[in-house]
Amino acid sequence: MSNTESTSVAEINPALPGQPTIGMSGEVSHGAAPIGGFFEWFGRLGIFVWRVSRAAVTPPYEWRELIRQLDNIGSKSLPLVAMTGAAIGVVLSMEGRSSLTQFGAKSLLPSVLVYSLVLEMGPIVTGLIVSGRVGAGIGAELAAMKVTEQIDAIEASALNPYRLLVVPRILACILMLPLLTLAADFSGLMMGWLAQTLVEPISLRQFIAAGFHGANFHVFLPPTFKTAVFGLIIGFIACFQGMRTQGGAEGVGRAATNSVVMASLFAMLADVVLVKLILIFFP
Amino acid sequence: MATTYDIPMKQEDAQAAGNPPVVAVVEAYKRFGTHQVLSGISLGVCRGETLAVLGRSGTGKSILLRLIIGLEKPDSGSVCIHGQDLAGLAIDQLGEIRKKMGFLFQHAALYDSLTVAENVAFPLEHHRKEMSRSERNNRVKQLLAEVGMEGNLQKMPSDLSGGMQKRVGLARALALEPDILLLDEPTAGLDPISSGEIDELVLKLKQEHHMASIVVTHDLHSAKTIADRLALLNEGKVVIEGTFQELHRSDIAFAKQFLEQS
Repeated sequence: MSNTESTSVAEINPALPGQPTIGMSGEVSHGAAPIGGFFEWFGRLGIFVWRVSRAAVTPPYEWRELIRQLDNIGSKSLPLVAMTGAAIGVVLSMEGRSSLTQFGAKSLLPSVLVYSLVLEMGPIVTGLIVSGRVGAGIGAELAAMKVTEQIDAIEASALNPYRLLVVPRILACILMLPLLTLAADFSGLMMGWLAQTLVEPISLRQFIAAGFHGANFHVFLPPTFKTAVFGLIIGFIACFQGMRTQGGAEGVGRAATNSVVMASLFAMLADVVLVKLILIFFP
Repeated sequence: MATTYDIPMKQEDAQAAGNPPVVAVVEAYKRFGTHQVLSGISLGVCRGETLAVLGRSGTGKSILLRLIIGLEKPDSGSVCIHGQDLAGLAIDQLGEIRKKMGFLFQHAALYDSLTVAENVAFPLEHHRKEMSRSERNNRVKQLLAEVGMEGNLQKMPSDLSGGMQKRVGLARALALEPDILLLDEPTAGLDPISSGEIDELVLKLKQEHHMASIVVTHDLHSAKTIADRLALLNEGKVVIEGTFQELHRSDIAFAKQFLEQS
């Protein structure tokens, strides 16, 4: 591929009046066909993905910005993710206990808790929480930079905004999602055990032994690492929506909302595919 | 790659005097959707010269600056910087050309997560890696002193007035010692005193740095103060280009109307 290709952010902007407009973000207007807008959105996303991929593999690398984003996306999301995981652990424990008691399978509660948390609830809830907190944050931050010409200023300073702004955010999402998922799983298990032991005392050692009985890393690692794909999706969608924003404060709000809605939607759709793939390749 | 291009009117004398235009826009067209913004615009600016681009809102003045710095591409026509046509340049080559240009955006476009000093240091950090931290800090202080903002190093952009933000934006635009300066509405939204201060600053910089400057403005008084030549745009075309006196003497109806209303 020739390197004469532009890095201009203007090329991923939504169409202007008179051109077909976007179908995926509720902006269809001027008589544009929704189907055309749908394909146009994907076309511009494809250009965006290509630009970001090129920027990601060519030096210089923005290590300082990556560390800043790891902190912003990782450590600042940790309390929310841990608390959500804890709440889910408690609810699963209470609901599970009630349901399993009806079937005389109360002893299976630790396993039910561990498997449902680690295989699905932890990853998807972490994905949704991060797409809400981080997706909205990235979408709004980049959108505000776009409408105030800060991204143009970066380009005018002979710097690549994809390399400087987008790559570190996406990488941070990819790296942090699995770690945050582990945190959600951990807090969920701890609080699930606590909820259980308050009703019917059981030692943590016994609870863990019963919960992980017959399981190994082969079972638990793929669901945890699938969240890296959620991170990829959240990062790409949020950065894409932010970088193509037009139209002042309204545009910033729209970018933040669309980032959350579409990142959540695509993360859940990806989850369906990933679960199937995990079942095929890690039976 | 050297490119041949037609030198716009009023540049012939300068080229004959051995001062060819460092910025040359030739027959540039730009359309957004159904809206034709630029319709075959041609103009040029030589080293040490300031051209003011005037015109009504929506006549493509800011788009012209965006074409010159390569943020937008013309649909047809060419933009040449130092004789190099921007079309078809590799990313790295375009980057090298952009390093020779300073751009002051209409609303300054300061990075709102960085302090004033960090904003000015930003281009230096990325393009002058050989500079030590102390050299960079000294350069930042010198640039901010040049625009009269030396006492505001640690302030955030949100703590600054519009005029102060433009001064910092100007310092940032000058950080890499450009030989072309593009100013988009440098006095828009400012009170008359702040406008006058910005005009004086631009004049001072012009005298000290001998740069080629293009100033997009609505402000005829400001244009008269800082520019050597004026280009009046209407409907994406240059209606008249020349000195302020030539503009005054013009019989063109739009030029007369513009002068009367300003």
